Amino acid sequence: MRLRIKQPSVLPGFGLTLGFTLLYLSAIVLIPLAALFLKSAGMGWSSFWATVTSPRVVAAYKLSFGAAAIGALINAVFGFVVAWSLVRYSFPGKRIVDAMVDLPFALPTAVSGIALTTLYSRNGWIGQYLEPLGIQAAFSPLGVTIALTFIGLPFVVRTLQPALEDLDPDMEEAAASLGASRWRTLRRVILPTVLPSLLTGFALAFARALGEYGSVVFISGNMPMRTEIAPLLIVAKLEQYDYAGATAIAVVMLLISFAILLAINVIQWVASRHRIGG
Amino acid sequence: MAGTIAFRTGSASSGAAGRPAITEPAPVRWALIGVSLSFLGLFLLIPLAGVFVEAFRKGAGAFFAALRDPAALAAVKLTLLVAAIAVPVNCVFGLAASWAIAKFNFVGKNLLITLIDLPFAVSPVISGLIYILVYGLHGWLGPFLSAHDIEIIFAVPGIVLATLFVTFPFVAREVIPLMQVQGNDDEEAAITLGAGGLQTFFRVTLPNVKWAVLYGVILCNARAMGEFGAVSVVSGHIRGKTSTMPLHVEILYNEYNFVAAFAVASLLALLALATLALKSFVEWRSRRPFAEAPDAAVLEDLSHEH
Repeated sequence: MRLRIKQPSVLPGFGLTLGFTLLYLSAIVLIPLAALFLKSAGMGWSSFWATVTSPRVVAAYKLSFGAAAIGALINAVFGFVVAWSLVRYSFPGKRIVDAMVDLPFALPTAVSGIALTTLYSRNGWIGQYLEPLGIQAAFSPLGVTIALTFIGLPFVVRTLQPALEDLDPDMEEAAASLGASRWRTLRRVILPTVLPSLLTGFALAFARALGEYGSVVFISGNMPMRTEIAPLLIVAKLEQYDYAGATAIAVVMLLISFAILLAINVIQWVASRHRIGG
Repeated sequence: MAGTIAFRTGSASSGAAGRPAITEPAPVRWALIGVSLSFLGLFLLIPLAGVFVEAFRKGAGAFFAALRDPAALAAVKLTLLVAAIAVPVNCVFGLAASWAIAKFNFVGKNLLITLIDLPFAVSPVISGLIYILVYGLHGWLGPFLSAHDIEIIFAVPGIVLATLFVTFPFVAREVIPLMQVQGNDDEEAAITLGAGGLQTFFRVTLPNVKWAVLYGVILCNARAMGEFGAVSVVSGHIRGKTSTMPLHVEILYNEYNFVAAFAVASLLALLALATLALKSFVEWRSRRPFAEAPDAAVLEDLSHEH
């Protein structure tokens, strides 16, 4: 029996479009990404390990992870409230508010970066009220967290909205008629149903925040060991022509991103199995 | 990682309206709406307003003077040039990939879809770095390029390549799922009636997916014009030469020329607002069910021609 790569079809253009797709994909994405892994393979395990475990790099990873996780958590909580309000309630200006949620996707990161820095610096609109409280927002880990919260804001809202729209009102009505309070219905009926979407939104916001650069470089102040994020360290190494060092840090970040992507797919897969199973 | 901005064609009705057992008391409702609006106001509205206020801090004269600066004009031109290359190229790619993936069944299709989404998972800085490793002076092609006097890194071609990478999936990921849902029936009918491949594509397939294509193009364009990290790594920051608008904003800001920085930034903020408005318009248009069912009329047309 002949192994069939492609099922027969009357439509033309398969070879041409697939050929172009593979060629372009290889030229723009696959070959350059392969260069990254080959470069790091060429530097040897011991120097690779020494680079990625040096104190400055570890401090940058810690900050990137910590601030991205806190930002994603803030977005999970408030994103839920926003998505709930947008799906369940009606209020004046709702359509505009809904459209505005995507602003962090549409606004160039350099613009959000300088805007947030100006707002949260000592004499900025918001910073001037934090200063007397002894809170330094700009040029501190707090500033990094604020920027990463901004950049991840749309993800939780946008993944939760369809899930909340799909909720079956009968389930909630049944819970209410059986005597459950609204709060209990939320915890026992609604939250378990939309949990996969919530987790997916959290993971997407976290992954985006890990790699973010533009909105953070301005507000962080870029102090080594204190407010330096991992992507910034890559740029710093590049400016010193330390390509091997930059590559090593990048490979670790890329592997983490792929792991998060895999986790998201597992969440979706488990959730869809549950839906079918019962 | 812009994975979540996708077509939401479902209706927005919640079904909860008018069912008192499953909604919250008015005070709770208003409290939740209040929390939502405060959160969005603090994180979205205030920063956006800040851009325009800072841009006009020294009056309209300073604002327009900053935009008339030759370096600023050069940055605007370069940004438009980069988008004018990246958007059409990725649009053609997106349509070709959608045709191959949605209209045919072949081995490895799911892997291909995953690979197309890959650039969204890569940090912008790494997106620039990989091109330095290929085209940079010490990269794979570096010796060859410098022997032939071809500049890619720290020049415009590098900026274009990095932009192509970060905007790679936008059109494809909007069009593939829609074409998959629409199936092959229309196209097979057209071909059976004697239409050519290109004719079928332009008269049957493209009208069916035009809103998804437009949606992808809008998002692709916004990212192409606004990309900072990837472009920053490969540009070399040569003022008036290899500075796009976002890079020019950075240069001005680091020179403490805040009014000029925010003036250029306000143009980019306007672009973002226009993007959001267009995006909402396309979502609204495409949600109208079967607004202009093209298939029947076009198919009849085609059968008459042959």
